[in-house]
Order: sequence, then C-alpha cells, then structure tokens
Amino acid sequence: MAVARENAHPEGRSSSPFWTIARRDSLAGFLFIAPQLIGIIVFVLIPLGLVFWYSLHEWNVLANTFTYTGAQNYRMLMEDESLLDVLGATAIFSAGLVIFNLSLALLLAVLLNQKLAGIAIFRTLFFSPVVVSLVAWTIVWGFLLQKNGGINGMLLTFGIEGPNWLREETTAMISVIVVQVFKNVGLNMILFLAALQGVPKELYEAARIDGAPAFKQFRRITLPLISPTILLTSIITIVGSLQVFAQIAVLTQGGPGLSTTVLVYYLYQQAFQFHFFGYGSTLSILLFAIVAILTFAQWQMRKRIVFYES
Amino acid sequence: MRADISPRAKVVLYGVMCVLLIPFVFPTWWMVTSSMKPISDIFAFPPQLVPQSYDWTTYSKVFELQPFVRQYWNSAYIAAVVTVGTMIISSMAGYAFARIRFPYANAIFMIVLLGLLIPSEVTIVPLFQMFLKAGMVNTHWPLILVPIFGAPSVFATFVMRQFFVTLPAELEEAARVDGLGRFKIFTRIALPLAKPALASVAIFTFLHSWNLFLEPIVFLSSAEMFTLPQALTQYTDAYGGPMWNIQLAAATLTALPVLIVFIIAQKQFVEGLAHTGLKG
Repeated sequence: MAVARENAHPEGRSSSPFWTIARRDSLAGFLFIAPQLIGIIVFVLIPLGLVFWYSLHEWNVLANTFTYTGAQNYRMLMEDESLLDVLGATAIFSAGLVIFNLSLALLLAVLLNQKLAGIAIFRTLFFSPVVVSLVAWTIVWGFLLQKNGGINGMLLTFGIEGPNWLREETTAMISVIVVQVFKNVGLNMILFLAALQGVPKELYEAARIDGAPAFKQFRRITLPLISPTILLTSIITIVGSLQVFAQIAVLTQGGPGLSTTVLVYYLYQQAFQFHFFGYGSTLSILLFAIVAILTFAQWQMRKRIVFYES
Repeated sequence: MRADISPRAKVVLYGVMCVLLIPFVFPTWWMVTSSMKPISDIFAFPPQLVPQSYDWTTYSKVFELQPFVRQYWNSAYIAAVVTVGTMIISSMAGYAFARIRFPYANAIFMIVLLGLLIPSEVTIVPLFQMFLKAGMVNTHWPLILVPIFGAPSVFATFVMRQFFVTLPAELEEAARVDGLGRFKIFTRIALPLAKPALASVAIFTFLHSWNLFLEPIVFLSSAEMFTLPQALTQYTDAYGGPMWNIQLAAATLTALPVLIVFIIAQKQFVEGLAHTGLKG
C-alpha cells in the first residue's frame, strides 16, 4: 500500500542547505503522526505485550503474589470445561448476529433504494436506533422482554402465551442477538445503500432487455458488484460482535447458565469479578487470536469471492 | 433500481416497510410513554400504547436517587473532549499518511492499523493495571486518553487518510509556490476541505464515547464519577431488581437529546457516514 504521495520537491527553497524541503517534510510527517503513534505504543502495543506477560503468571490480587507459571494458564484454558460452553455461545452469537444483521441490512437497503415518495423518512427511522444510547436501548428491550412485559402482553392479546424470553436458554440467545441487530443494522444498511446506488443503471436495463427476472438480476449483477461492501461490513460486524458486552451485562448477565456468556463477558467476570488477572489475560490472548484469525481469513477470502471491476 | 413501480407494488412496499419499522421505532416509543406511566400501569394488561394516566414524580426520583445531573455532565464533557481530541489527532495522522513523504511511512501505518485488530477489550486488564499504577483509577482519564490515542482512534485516522488521499496534488503545489509551510497547508487548505470526513469522524467518535460501558464499570467506582450508561443500570431496588419506571425515565433523558439532534441533522449524519471512504 503506497501511503505517501510524490510531492516533495528535490530542490530546497530554504537558505540553509540542510533543511531541504524533503527533510522538512520528513520532520513534519513525524510530528504529525507522533501523537497517534505514541498513543498506539502506550495504549495498544505495550498493553498487548503486558497481557501476554501476565498470561504466563499466576496472579493473586488478595495475597498480592505474582508468580511465573509458564504455560500453566494455557493448560487451564484447555481444561476449562466452561470455556467450551463460552466459545459455543460466542460462535452462535457472532454467527447469528452477522447472518441476521447482513441479510436484514441488505433487505432494508434494497427497499430504501426504490423510488418512492417519503423514502427519506423511512431511512431516518430505520437508522434512528443507532443514535439511541446503547444502554437505554438495551434497558427498554429488557423491559419489553420481561415475562409480563410488552411483547408477551401483545402476544397475549392474540391469545398466545409468550415464553420468559431472558430466562430460557434458546430465547435468551435469540433475544440478545435480535436486540443487538436492531440497534446497529442501520449502519450496514447505509453502507449497502451507498453501494447499491453505485451500481450502474445500464446494467439492469441490459439485463431486462435480455429478459432476466428480477431475482436473477439481483444475483448476477447486484451481489457481485456490491461484494466488496459485503466483505467490509461482514469484517466490521464480526469483529464488533466479539466486543459485545453491555447488552449481555444488562439483559442476561451471561445466563441462564452459561448460555449467553460470550468470551468478552467471561473475560470480564474472570478478571474483574473473580480477580483472576492471570487467567483473564490468557482469555484476552485467546480473544485477540480469534479476532486476528477471523480478520485474516476474511481478507484472504476477498481474492476468491469479491468481484472487482478493472 | 427501476424507474416505474406499479401502484399495487407501491402499496406492498410501503406495507412491508411499515411492518419492518416496528422493532426499530416501537422500543423508543415504549420507553418514553412507559416512563410517564404510574408504576401500577407499566405492566398493565392489555398493554397501554398511550398512557392512560401520568405520574411525573418518577422523573424527580431520577435526580433524587443518584447525582444524575453530575453523571450527565460526566458523559457529555468526556464525549466532547474525546470527539475534539480524536478529530485533531486523527486528521493530523491521516493527513501525514496520505500526503507527506517521510521515512518508514508504510511500516508506521501498518503498526497503527494494528489497533484495528486489537480492540480495547483485549487490553483491558493491563490498561487497568497501568492506570492503577498511575493513580488514575476512579478518574475520567482512562475514558479520555484511551479513546483519543489508543485503538478506537485508529478507525478515525483510517477514514481521514482515505479522504486526504483523494485531494488533488495541485492544491498543495499552488500553496507551496505561495510559500506556505506544511502546517499551514494542513490547517488552511486540507482541513477546510475535509469537513465531511471530519463530521463523520465526529459522529461515530461521539457515539462510541457516549455508549462506552465496559470501560466505565472497570475504571469507575463512585456514583458521582459514573457516566450515563453505567448510571442507568444503578436504579435498582433493595433486591437488585430494576426499578423499571425510574430506569426508563433516566433512559429517556439519556436517549432523547441525541435522538432529537439526529432528526434535525439526519441528512449530514447519514450521508456523512455513507461517504467515509468505507465503500470498500
């Protein structure tokens, strides 16, 4: 990736021969990026080194001991039976979230791309949960999903007795996914809408003259042309799904059982509720590895499934 | 997509969209209306879509049970400082990566992009220890410094870089001929042109800070230091169960101002986010 452009002039205008424009530009470049670079070193890279270092230690906060134990935390990771449930919940949550989010976002974008009067109002309303405070949104959904809450109240007026959504394993998982999707699907919807509007209209006209049905047009023209956006949104959404914490903490506290305990929530519990900082660090390394592998894998897939013009 | 839609198709489309809107719009309506109902009515059956009687004492309890004004101020000023700070840091870095030739620029850009791979959740344990050693636990510094300088700002830098790359080189060359230095070219020529990109950086940075939840509950321990998301969850009764009407009133007070600003400025909001060089 070429970062800098060719814009330094070879001949310096300055009176001092040392401070050529190229040298002054180098200095300016370093000064401009210094705050960000130092920030990344102090708040990202050093902590990443530390989290790996901590993960090799047993750390008892109450007794104030910090002992090197090598790979012991990693062996604990392999033998931790709860962790299997946690990874399972994380996988179901992330997969469910990404599939539901991307398909709904695409459906809404296709609807909003129609030439209809007042379409901008619909766009605004579909987008509005994005700007509603996350915890406020989660609290009102928690309220709606109570046993005697609004959703079951509506169902009961039609004679249907609803489940106790947040207290049963399957419905609890569905609930946290759905709450999260409606909160943020507007972002992906807007990105898809921009991509759809970039598809040349002539292509559809040509396809219509050839008699291609609407579904085929969508599959053969729309999907390939917006595939870069699909890839980008799926990376953002997957990485984002691995960071979901507030919704779980407010709605289910990881329950019932471990059914909605995703990795971030488990990490938080181990480190900050049970004060196992060493093991919490090992879980952080695991989270980092998952994020890195998923991002890398999707980036590789780009070559096979993403269509680029040119 | 197609120019001509039959009237019948239009009715179907409007119908589908109205049904799809329910889960997007109804929760906000339910939050606002339920917060006005007396406690006896909020779980009433059949559900009252419009309140049948009003109880405004709930709203005064929001302020009695917690230092809510203080907490509101905490969230607002932290979000403001983080937003302005991120705009400065990321526009400078984004500009340099896009337009200035300096040694190791590519390598440094790759290092900065690592921040996208390492969300703050991964480093929360060492960050807590670092701020503990610095005596900054139960202060707002972690909520200000980490977003401005750490991983969350990397995305902003990326967006700014993608924007500055598209500026024509002639603009800067003309400024050079006029004798402007780098810093002046940046502040007088590049930045004014970058308003749309800066606006979208401002929007998502503000929302990110406003919604932070894990960081406040890890770093803050006293009620007068809390931010809004954390405070909302603290309206609980003696058994730890939520006091629904008070939570909903506090949630309404938290959500409505931002929602109103959004509805007024929604064009800039939505279009700004769509045109951030994010189109892949």
